[in-house]
Amino acid sequence: MYDKFIPTAADYVRFAPEILLTVFGTLIMLIEAGRKEDQRRPYGILSLIALAGAIYLAFPAYNNAGPAFQGMLIVDGFGTFFRVLCYVAAALAVLCSGQYLSREKADSGEYYSLILFSVVGQGVMVTANELLMVFIGLEISSIATYVLAGFLRDDQRNNESALKYFLLGSFATAFLLYGIAWIYGLTGSTDLSLIRAALGSANPPNVILTGTAAALMFVGLAFKVSAFPFQIWTPDVYQGAPAPVSAFMSAGPKAAAFAILVRIFMTAFEPIAARWEPILWVTALATMVVGNFAALAQVNIKRLLAYSSIAHAGYILVAITAQSQIGISAVMFYLAAYTFMNVGAFAAVTHLAGKDEKYVNIEDLAGLGQRQPVTAALLSVFLLSLIGVPLTGGFFGKFYIFKAALDSNLVWLTVLGLLNSAVAAYYYLRVLVVMYMQDASAEVPAPKPVSGGILVALVGSAVATVILGVFPSVILNFAGKSGTLNP
Amino acid sequence: MNLWLIPTLPLIGAAVNGLFGRRMPRMAINAVAVLSVVASFLLALNVFNNLGDQPIVERYFTWIASGALTIPVEFAVDRLTMVMLLIVTGIGSLIHVYAVGYMAHEGGYYRFFSYLNLFMFFMLVLVLANNYLLLFVGWEGVGLCSYLLIGFYFLENWATSAGNKAFIVNRIGDFGFMLAMLLMFNQFGSLDIPVVLEGAKALPVEHSAGMLTAIGLLLLVGAAGKSAQIPLYVWLPDAMAGPTPVSALIHAATMVTAGVYVVARSSAIFTHAPIAMDTVAIIGLATAVMAALIGVLQNDIKKVFAYSTVSQLGYMFLALGVGAFSAGIYHVMTHAFFKALLFLGAGSVIHALEGEQDIRNMGGLRSKIPITFVTLMAAGLAIAGFPYTSGYFSKDEILLAAHHHSPWMFWVGVFTAGLTAFYVFRCLLLTFFGEYRGHAHHPPHESPPVMWIPLAILAVLSLGGGFIAIPHYLEPVLGHAGQAHDPTLVIIATSAGLIGIAIAAWMYLIAPGVPDAIARTFKGLYNFVYNKFYVDEAYNAAVIQPVIEGSRIFLWRGVDAGLIDGIVNGVGKRSRGLGGILRLAQSGNIRNYAAWVVMGSILVIVFLGFSGGAK
Repeated sequence: MYDKFIPTAADYVRFAPEILLTVFGTLIMLIEAGRKEDQRRPYGILSLIALAGAIYLAFPAYNNAGPAFQGMLIVDGFGTFFRVLCYVAAALAVLCSGQYLSREKADSGEYYSLILFSVVGQGVMVTANELLMVFIGLEISSIATYVLAGFLRDDQRNNESALKYFLLGSFATAFLLYGIAWIYGLTGSTDLSLIRAALGSANPPNVILTGTAAALMFVGLAFKVSAFPFQIWTPDVYQGAPAPVSAFMSAGPKAAAFAILVRIFMTAFEPIAARWEPILWVTALATMVVGNFAALAQVNIKRLLAYSSIAHAGYILVAITAQSQIGISAVMFYLAAYTFMNVGAFAAVTHLAGKDEKYVNIEDLAGLGQRQPVTAALLSVFLLSLIGVPLTGGFFGKFYIFKAALDSNLVWLTVLGLLNSAVAAYYYLRVLVVMYMQDASAEVPAPKPVSGGILVALVGSAVATVILGVFPSVILNFAGKSGTLNP
Repeated sequence: MNLWLIPTLPLIGAAVNGLFGRRMPRMAINAVAVLSVVASFLLALNVFNNLGDQPIVERYFTWIASGALTIPVEFAVDRLTMVMLLIVTGIGSLIHVYAVGYMAHEGGYYRFFSYLNLFMFFMLVLVLANNYLLLFVGWEGVGLCSYLLIGFYFLENWATSAGNKAFIVNRIGDFGFMLAMLLMFNQFGSLDIPVVLEGAKALPVEHSAGMLTAIGLLLLVGAAGKSAQIPLYVWLPDAMAGPTPVSALIHAATMVTAGVYVVARSSAIFTHAPIAMDTVAIIGLATAVMAALIGVLQNDIKKVFAYSTVSQLGYMFLALGVGAFSAGIYHVMTHAFFKALLFLGAGSVIHALEGEQDIRNMGGLRSKIPITFVTLMAAGLAIAGFPYTSGYFSKDEILLAAHHHSPWMFWVGVFTAGLTAFYVFRCLLLTFFGEYRGHAHHPPHESPPVMWIPLAILAVLSLGGGFIAIPHYLEPVLGHAGQAHDPTLVIIATSAGLIGIAIAAWMYLIAPGVPDAIARTFKGLYNFVYNKFYVDEAYNAAVIQPVIEGSRIFLWRGVDAGLIDGIVNGVGKRSRGLGGILRLAQSGNIRNYAAWVVMGSILVIVFLGFSGGAK
C-alpha cells in the first residue's frame, strides 16, 4: 500500500498543467523580487506563456485520462473541458490587465502570480474526485481571488469589495467544510464514488442527516456560483473590484464552482436526487428572477453585469435541475459561451472606465457608437449574445438549456425561464440604445481607441461568441461526449 | 438552383455599404443597394420558371450535429415560399428605388441602405428556411433590423422609444416561438419543417387541448408579436416613427406578414388543433375590428395607414383561422401591393409638404401632386374592395371562407370592410380635396420620377394584381380551400365597401360639418376611440409600471442591500487606513449579508434535510 504514495509518471502527466502554472507563478514572484527599478516587467507575457502551456498540456493529460494520486484527482472529459475553460478565462483576464494596471500605476508581479495560483486552484477543483481536494482547490482559488479583488490597496472600493468577498466567502466555505465533515461521519469516506455507493446501498445512512449534509455543501457551493439567496455579495464585489478582476471572477472561479456542483450532486448525491431536485428547482427560478429584475434598475454597468451574471447562473441551474446527460452538456456549453460574452463585456468596460474607473455608469457610454465604432460594435456582439439573439453563442446555449429542461419534463421552469430571458432583453437593450442612440456627453472625455491586449481579448471573445453561435458543434460534440459522469 | 444566392446578394450589399459606405459616392451606394435586391428578384423569377409541383430543396452544410440534435442548413422553395419570395424581392426592389429619392436629403444615407439590405437578407432567410431554427434566425434578424430602422431618426426621442417598444413586444412573441420550437423538438425529434409537419399529420385531430394545440397556440403568440395582433399589436403604430420606405417595406408589405407566413407554413399543425385554429380566427377578427375603429379617428396620415395594416393583418389571421390558408396568403400579396403603395404615396405627400403628416393641415393637393393623387386613389379603391381591384378578390375569398366557417364572422368582417373603406377615403379626401389648410413655406411639388415610377407600378398591381390566381397556384401546398362562389355574399361584401366610400364622401365633401357634430354628440365614445381605447395606458399601468416599480422597491431595496444607504461605497468612504477597514466588518452591510446567508442556509437545510423527497 505505501509504495503507492510515490506518484507515477501518469500522475505527473495528468497533473502537468497545474505544475506548470505553479512554477510560472513562483517564477514571476522571484523575478519581481529581484527586479531593478528601471527594468521592464515581462509578467503579462510570462503568464500568457504559462496559460498557453497549460492548455497545451491539458491535451496529453486528457489522452491519458484516468485518476491521479490514488484517486484524489480524476482527469476526464468533463474535468478537461472546465480546466481549459478556466485557463482561457484567465488568459483573457491577463490580456485585459496589462493596460489597466499601468493606467492605475499598479503594475506588479504579484497580480499575475495570484491569477495563476487562482487558476491552479480551479484546475484542482474541476478534476477533484474527492471532497477534501474540492475544498483545497476551492480555497487555493478563493484566497487568491480575495486578494485580487482588493488589489489596488489605496482604492476604497477595492478594499470594500475584497473585505466583503473575504468575510462572506469564508463564511460560506465553512458551510462547505462542515458538510464534508458530516458526510465523512455518515459514510466514512470523502471519495465521491464511495459516498455514492454508501448512499445508494441497501442500508443507507439516516436520510435526514444525509440531506442536511448535502444542504450544507449546497450552501457553500451556491455562494460561489452566486445562486439565490447567496448571491447577495456579487453586485458589491463585482462593482468594487478592479474591472479585469471582475471579468476573471465572473468567469473562471464561477465555471469551476459549477463544475464541482455538478460533479458532486450528479455523482455522490445522485442517489438522493429526489430530495435535492425541488431545492434546485426553486433556487434556479429565484436566481433568474432576482438577477433579471434587479438588473432592470441598475445605473452602474459593472453592477448591471453582476446582476446579469446572477441571472445567467440561474439559467445554468435550470440545466443542472434537468439531471440528465444533455443537461450536463448544456451546462458545459453555456459556461463556455457565457465566459466569452461576459469576459468580453467586462473587457470593454475595463477599457472604457478610464483612469480610476471614473466612467462606469451606463450613461457614460453615450455616443460610443460614433466615438469608438469598433469598441461599440464588439460590445454589441457581447450584449446581443447575452440577450440570446440567434447566431451568437448565448442563443444556442439558452436553446440547449431549455431543451434539456423540457426533455426532463420541467415544463414550468422552462416557461418561466424563457419569460425571464424575454425580460432580460430590456436592460441589455438599454446599453445598446445609450451607445448608439444618444449623443455623447461633454463631461465624458472621448475614450482612446482600443489597442493592445484588450483589443486582442475583445476580438478573440467576439469571434468565439460568434463561432459558438454559428458552429456550436465545435464545443457541443465534446460536451455531448463528456456529459456522462461515471464515478 | 443556387437558392443561397438570393439572400446572400443583399447581405453582400449590406456589408459593402456598411463597411465602406461612409467613403463611397452616393451613386455607388445606390447602385450596390438597389442592384443587389433587383438581382435577387431576377433570381427568384428564374426559380419561379423552374418550379413545378414539387419543392426544390438545397442542403448546404450541417449547422449543428450533436447527439439527437441535427440541424442542417437547408433552403427550400415550394409554391408558398415562391409567392413570398416574389413579394419580398419584388416589392423590396420597388421600395429600394423609391428610397433613393426619399432619403436623398437625409443624413446617414449609407447606414440606412445597409440596414435595409440586411433586412432583406434576414427576411429571405426566413421564407427560404426549411427548418424552424433557421427560420427563427431570420425571424430575430428582421426584428433587429426593424428595431434599427425604426430608431433611425434616433435624435428624436420618440423614435428611440418606439424602437424599444417594438423590440420588447417582439421578445414576448419570440418567447412563444422559442417554446413552440422546444415542444416540437420534444414531440417530433426534429425541427425540419417537413418532418414536423409530417409528424403532425400523423397525429389525430385534437378536439381537446393537447400537444399540437399547445404548439399552435405558442406559434400564435410568436406570430401575434411579429404580425401585430391583439394583444401584442401596440408596437406597430409607434413603429411609424421610422422613415416612410421602412414603414412600407417592413411594417406593411413584408416583415409583419411573417406571422401569417409561419401559420400558413405550419398549417398541418393548426388543422389538427381546432382550438388553436379558432383562437387564430377570433384574434384576427377582433384585431381587424378594433384597429379599424381606431383608424377612423386618427389624424396622422401614417398612423391611419398603420392601424389599417394592423386591421388587414387581422383579416389575414381570420382567413388562416377559418382554414382558408391560401386566401390568407392571397391577401398578403394584394395587401403588399396596395399598402406599400399607400405608404409610399403618403411618403410622397409628406415629401411634398416638407414633413407635414397631419391630414388636418393638408387638403386640395390633387392638382398639386397629380401622380401621387391618382396612384393613392387606386390604392384606396383596392383596399376598399372596389369591384375587380386586387383587394376585391382576396377580401371576398376571406369573407366567403369566414361565412362557411361561421356566418357571424362574415358579418363582422363585412362591417370591418365598410369601416376600412370609410377611414381610408376619409384620409384621402381630407388630403386631396377641399382647400389647402397647411402652411408649407414652398408650394407643394410633385416627387421626382425615381419616386413616382414605383408608385405607378404599384398602382397597376393594386388595380390588376387580383387576377393573379394565387389560391389556385397554392393548391399543391395548402390544398383546395376556395368556397363556392356565392353572388349574394359577394354583393353584400362589396356594397359594404361602396357604402363606406359613399359615407366618407358625404361627410367630408358634401356636408363637412357632420363629423364635428357627431364628435360633439358622442363625446365620451369619441374620446375613448380617439385615445385608442387607452390600451397603451392600460399596459403601462398593468404591466410596465408594476415590473419597474416592483424591481425597484422589492428587489432593489430588499435584495440589493448595498444600496440602502444610497451609494455602494458609502461605507468605504468613511474608512481610513487599517482601523477604518476593520470597522467595515462592523458595518451594517456585512452583518445584514451574513444574516441573509444564515437565513438562506436554514431554509435549504430544512427543505433538504427534513421535507425533501417529494418530486
